[in-house]
Amino acid sequence: MTFINYASREINCKIVYYGPGLCGKTTNLQYIYDSTAPQAKGKLISLATETDRTLFFDFMPLELGTVRGFKTRFHLYTVPGQVYYDASRKLILKGVDGVVFVADSQEERMDANIESLYNLEENLQTQGYDLMNLPYVLQLNKRDLPNVIPTDEISAELLRKNEPIFEAVASNGTGVFDTLKAVAKQVLTELRKG
Amino acid sequence: MAETPFIIQEQQFQRIKNVLARLCVECVARVVFLVDRDGQPIAFHGHIGDMDTTSFSSLAAGNVAATSSMAKLIGEDTFPSVYHEGERESIFISVIGRSLLVVVFDERSTLGLVKLRTKRASHEVASILDEATRDSAQMRMSHTSIFSEITDDDIDSLFS
Repeated sequence: MTFINYASREINCKIVYYGPGLCGKTTNLQYIYDSTAPQAKGKLISLATETDRTLFFDFMPLELGTVRGFKTRFHLYTVPGQVYYDASRKLILKGVDGVVFVADSQEERMDANIESLYNLEENLQTQGYDLMNLPYVLQLNKRDLPNVIPTDEISAELLRKNEPIFEAVASNGTGVFDTLKAVAKQVLTELRKG
Repeated sequence: MAETPFIIQEQQFQRIKNVLARLCVECVARVVFLVDRDGQPIAFHGHIGDMDTTSFSSLAAGNVAATSSMAKLIGEDTFPSVYHEGERESIFISVIGRSLLVVVFDERSTLGLVKLRTKRASHEVASILDEATRDSAQMRMSHTSIFSEITDDDIDSLFS
């Protein structure tokens, strides 16, 4: 839920990166964190296991600039991708303003993508949201790997509405900011609608 | 669609700040926060030093979300408060509807005092937040938000 503070003239929005385990959600955040000027970001908090798998969530606040005299701050979250962390995923979706689904483009991960997307729709519903009406972007990650599924095939499986699609290689930053911009833009457009 | 934006007006923010300031003194607390349950910091009063208040708020909300889910698993509806005791600093979190009142205190105070004083402040904060929630919904209905005037150029300029 967007939080607007007229006293401090701030708009705070929550964006969640969703997707199957090891698809690159944390890598997206890490790249954004590494490429952003220190004054525009807070700390990158990562609640991870000893093997660096996200346990609860990763979080970073990002300040984009000013709209109509209001500072816009986006709170970026990732969810843990592994199937057994579903309870945590549900919690992180509370109050979400926009979602990025990070798909792993490798052929052998297609089932995991489909399962995770289904899980996203289900968990959004339990929180009272409908993916069809929520700011949403699809990112096809790991496009640099040799065994990727062609874009049109993966899109045919994962496309839910007319959402923007971005090909990405999060590890080197390709498509990372395009994805973020697209979802942030949709969130602000929703705000304009009231 | 996402939920109605939650809007705090200046005078409501000031009233919240006043409640937090008084609570901070009454509890002999280091700092007192009001945090949205989604992890957005709303206001704080006290000594934060170099504490990252945004991260702190997000983690406090995650903490309460996790313990609330644990409560349900053991048949409780929710845990209305959460307490973490440290060697020097401790944290007491009181759940007020959609928000959390978080008190950080040290050995100069006691849990009993913090609990007692937080209870009263919670009622006051809840009433201000209820008012803000009603106003937010009304604003949406009447389309009086200044954000209805945001242009595509305004949005694009953020990413230039």
